[in-house]
Amino acid sequence: MSKRIDVENLNVYYGDFLAVEDVNMTIDARSVTAFIGPSGCGKSTFLRTLNRMHEVIDGAYAKGKVLLDGEDLYGRGVDPVKVRSQIGMVFQRPNPFPTMSIRENVLAGVKLNNRKISKSDADELVESSLRGANLWNEVKDRLDKPGSGLSGGQQQRLCIARSIAVKPDVILMDEPCSALDPISTLAVEDLINELKEEYTVVIVTHNMQQAARVSDKTAFFNIAGTGKPGKLIEYAPTQEIFNNPKEKATEDYVSGRFG
Amino acid sequence: MSISSDAPTGPSSPKSSRKELPDVGNPAADKIFSGISLAAGILILVVLAAVAIFLVAQALPVFTADSEDLSQGSFLKYIYPLVIGTLIASAIALLLATPVGIGVALYISHYAPKKISQAVGYVIDLLAAIPSVIFGAWGASVLAPKIVPFYDWLATYFGFIPIFEGPASQTGKTILTAGIVLGIMILPIITAMCREIFVQTPLLQQEAALGLGATRWEMIRMTVFPFARTGIVSSVMLALGRALGETMAVTLVLASGPLTASLIKSGNQTFASEIALNFPEAYGIRMSELIAAGLVLFVITLVVNVIARMITSRYKEFSGAN
Repeated sequence: MSKRIDVENLNVYYGDFLAVEDVNMTIDARSVTAFIGPSGCGKSTFLRTLNRMHEVIDGAYAKGKVLLDGEDLYGRGVDPVKVRSQIGMVFQRPNPFPTMSIRENVLAGVKLNNRKISKSDADELVESSLRGANLWNEVKDRLDKPGSGLSGGQQQRLCIARSIAVKPDVILMDEPCSALDPISTLAVEDLINELKEEYTVVIVTHNMQQAARVSDKTAFFNIAGTGKPGKLIEYAPTQEIFNNPKEKATEDYVSGRFG
Repeated sequence: MSISSDAPTGPSSPKSSRKELPDVGNPAADKIFSGISLAAGILILVVLAAVAIFLVAQALPVFTADSEDLSQGSFLKYIYPLVIGTLIASAIALLLATPVGIGVALYISHYAPKKISQAVGYVIDLLAAIPSVIFGAWGASVLAPKIVPFYDWLATYFGFIPIFEGPASQTGKTILTAGIVLGIMILPIITAMCREIFVQTPLLQQEAALGLGATRWEMIRMTVFPFARTGIVSSVMLALGRALGETMAVTLVLASGPLTASLIKSGNQTFASEIALNFPEAYGIRMSELIAAGLVLFVITLVVNVIARMITSRYKEFSGAN
């Protein structure tokens, strides 16, 4: 289920512009890894290269290697569609499919590529995914109602249920709580803690307390100035990043001196 | 707040306005604007009502006239071939133009590189600007003669189906040709509207689909089409409106005649073309008959629009507007 990610010499470009420079890191299986750093430092861009979602943006491409349990995601003949079904993604804003019911939303990824699923299997999967996302008790009586009728926090957990329904190896989260209120944020954070039992979770966050609360390891990205590429400054266990960072820039950032 | 001095501070003493909210904006302008927009809204209803009243009033004599005064003995007998002819021509046009229009719109919005999509979009807009008489002239002088061998082929191999029954028209001026020309004419309407809607599909939803491992086509089916469903129906209805009422192109392309089931024989007639051909020489009861035909066309268009509204409102709960 859960797989390890090794990133080797990864550079990300938007056209001629080098957005992220030379990242090397190893993300452990069954752990939560947080990416922090100021806006524009390339952490979201880098996150997207982990399941090739950056390719959706015109002119974006990556050079280097991203190995999922040793298998290069950028290897010859690797289909980005397949990569994304192995590495799920949760976005900044909750984005359930508005034309689908809650149940259909959960099954959306499962029914892709003409896969068929029997009704009883589907029922089971809907329940287990929604339970996995701590949403089952809130929505079990209205599975056929539109997903867009839920509150923001519920919608985000529905999106998480939708990604875990396809049984991915890794779940990427791009500031999943930035559009949520504190209570919903707490619900999602609790969920992240449970998810790491089964999945490798990578989360980008602007909220340093959140990184401290949920992650095992933290990567700090920084940028030397506008127009300069983002770089991975320091990558260490979360405790170390927040209490005893090696780099001056990390210390300045986590202590609130800038960013 | 400082204590105001006795000395006047300027021509407009702040004393008087201090207690009230500052006068931001202009309430009079607001009222005028709301009046103008209300008037514009009412004007549309008035025009619609005036058209309906004119049609009904002018058509009334037909329903009370003696049967020997009418061109076909009874108005029903006169009107039903026109209804069928109009619907057939429009249906052919829609069947051809809808898939192509949606396909071109999708190509422009989601598949083509930016530069090409702009160029293609521009060409499509140009196509919409070509007057219908030019389409008609092209259809009659170029398309019709060229398409005769195809009709012969249809008549030979599919002649057992009533709609392709031979012998095919040797001028090519058939209802099928008229439908094809109409299809080309309404293509830019469908394409332009669909493209506008397709590009508005929220990126976040498209990314959600791609993030789940959807191919581009699956992403389009999961997000773009549901998002654009109402818009697609609207564009098709707008196109249908044009096809139903198109006069010049049909008049030039179609060798009209009595109702026949075969699409590749000359014959059949549409409302708009029938009215245009006969109106200049009509008077008295014949004039009323033509206007009554116009009334029926008007009603058909209304019914089509109501059905379209019903189709689109069925999906309201899932439109994402909530």
